[in-house]
Amino acid sequence: MSTLTKMKTLTMVQAITDAMRVMLQESEHVLLMGEDIGTNGGVFRATDGLQQEFGEDRVLDTPLSEAGFIGAAIGMGLNGFRPVAEVQFLGFIYPAYEQIMTHASRIRARTLGHFTCPLVIRAPYGAGVRAPEIHSDSTEALFTHMPGIKVVCPATPYDAKGLLIAAIEDPDPVLFLEPMRCYRSSREEVPEEKYTVEIGKGKVVKEGEDVTIIAWGAMVNVAEDAAKEAAGKGIDCEVLDLRTLYPLDKDLISTSVQKTGRTVIVHEAHATGGVGNDVLAIINDKSFLYQKAPTERVTGFDTPVPYFGFEDFYLPDSKRVLAAVEKVARY
Amino acid sequence: MIEEFQLVQVMDQQGELVQGEYEKDISEDLTRTFYRHLIRIRTFDKKAVSLQRQGRIGTYAPFEGQEASQVGSALALQDKDWLFPSYRDHGATMTFGHSLLHILLFWKGRNEGCVPPEGKNIFTPGIPIATQLPHAVGAAFAEKRKGTRNAAIVYFGDGATSEGDFHEGLNLASVWDAPVVFFNQNNHYAISVPMHKQMKTKTIAQKALAYDIPSVRIDGNDIFAVYFETLKALERARNGDGPTLIESVTWRYGAHTTADDPTKYRDQQESESRRKDNDPVDRLTKFMKHRGWGDEEWMTSVQKECAKEVDLAVEELEAYPAADPSVIFDYVFATPTWTIQEQKDKLLERWRGE
Repeated sequence: MSTLTKMKTLTMVQAITDAMRVMLQESEHVLLMGEDIGTNGGVFRATDGLQQEFGEDRVLDTPLSEAGFIGAAIGMGLNGFRPVAEVQFLGFIYPAYEQIMTHASRIRARTLGHFTCPLVIRAPYGAGVRAPEIHSDSTEALFTHMPGIKVVCPATPYDAKGLLIAAIEDPDPVLFLEPMRCYRSSREEVPEEKYTVEIGKGKVVKEGEDVTIIAWGAMVNVAEDAAKEAAGKGIDCEVLDLRTLYPLDKDLISTSVQKTGRTVIVHEAHATGGVGNDVLAIINDKSFLYQKAPTERVTGFDTPVPYFGFEDFYLPDSKRVLAAVEKVARY
Repeated sequence: MIEEFQLVQVMDQQGELVQGEYEKDISEDLTRTFYRHLIRIRTFDKKAVSLQRQGRIGTYAPFEGQEASQVGSALALQDKDWLFPSYRDHGATMTFGHSLLHILLFWKGRNEGCVPPEGKNIFTPGIPIATQLPHAVGAAFAEKRKGTRNAAIVYFGDGATSEGDFHEGLNLASVWDAPVVFFNQNNHYAISVPMHKQMKTKTIAQKALAYDIPSVRIDGNDIFAVYFETLKALERARNGDGPTLIESVTWRYGAHTTADDPTKYRDQQESESRRKDNDPVDRLTKFMKHRGWGDEEWMTSVQKECAKEVDLAVEELEAYPAADPSVIFDYVFATPTWTIQEQKDKLLERWRGE
């Protein structure tokens, strides 16, 4: 990046607002829709000020109607627009699941590319903010299993802005998961201008030689903490942030696990059917003979995400990750 | 409520005009166009049922009995309008310009059938019930945002009005004043479930009251009522006056699809007596004969031309290139992801015997 690039210090939620502002300015075909996103600026203020800036025609407060407005967004996408729909929490997306599963994700395939659905659905995601029931779900695997939609999950302000812009420019539907724990947990220098982070590419957050820890969303910080604690015990961890959950970055995963031969996968979603299993499949398919220990998974449990009085038991923390790191390191 | 939503008829079952106000709009040309399309879609429908019986296409959803609803509404559209059909509305899509070959391809399990002619906004048949309603609202809203006078029409059945997407679609259209016509064909049965088990209301039109949307209940076997009421609703939409719900009361003579047997859930005597007394094609034929507008010779020639056109489409279908396995991989995303590319390569390797 040029040294002349103007930077500003933003939280993740501010970076997300900034991405939408950049895209609203760039193209009149971009419009935002969702519940309380107008005057109220969204339940997390992700659209703060945008309706005032761009008008009610481009930042639409919708009725409480997830299936309806996602369905209508599909119709707008068919007809030349690039809607960015906000679902207040990922746990509230289920009424729209039918529209996403039976239409948004299939329209291109069904019509051999004649009709397409360039739609972004943004959803606050994950647990750890003491939210009520259903507000803390991490059911990304319901969508990575669905052919025809990409699933993205940034962990930092810089990645959030770049990935959201890439998602809005993507010709296909993208589910954009926003880890609530990361919304305001840190600030980072973010370019003021438009830039993209490529969908489908993860990154190395910290290099290391002994154990690979693979995470995304709010679990990246947990993995980094565990890596620091492991360093104190003489274990040098490499931490990967996948950033995109479909399509997974197989090259990033392969390069790292072939180097270390020992892997811990961390996600807050339920273990069974989780995306971690797809990461395991990549390790098995591409790097089986490099493995020095069975891969460990540290995940949420096969229970509903509990009421927040119990969420600390449910969510992986650095202690659980560290235990898994030690196990694979000493295998 | 049934008193408030009296059935609107322009022509009665004997083919007599009962509403003089349309006299000036009804010409010999218009009725001949109606007749030709009614015969065309009925010919297609009968042929398709027979092709299914012979195993030459897959499961098929017949619309026989509903022709006036489909032709009358589709002919009211303008070229740049949007049409969102359900799976029983290919009578409407072919009237609006979808090719017979493509409709047959669809019923033969080929995606190619979902591609409309260039420039025609015909969406794919909605399979999950009522899901197409919000799409039509979105597409219509997009037209409004672009500042055009184009509208969308969306087709659905009586059973669809029990789905959430029906209500969410109507509500959104109402709030956004979307230029959309909700065209309900009430054929009284959702597969096997009769209307009185589907809803307590006696009409579907009354459901629009909750959304402050104008609605009208029309005789769906009266092509004039269908055509003129749809024109009115579309005009309202084009003028920025928002959506309309039309309940077009009709009947399907046959099965829900070729996979079910209607005698299991209803007395088919009802279908036979409706065919005898209230057939949409017969009603128009009677009207034309009263006016001296359709002589036997012309009608026979139309029937022959339609049969020929359908036969030709069947020939094209059967000469159509075989399915290419690449098709299932190449259009999932604009650029295939690595998982899809790997899976494609493996399948093609096996398929080519490499």
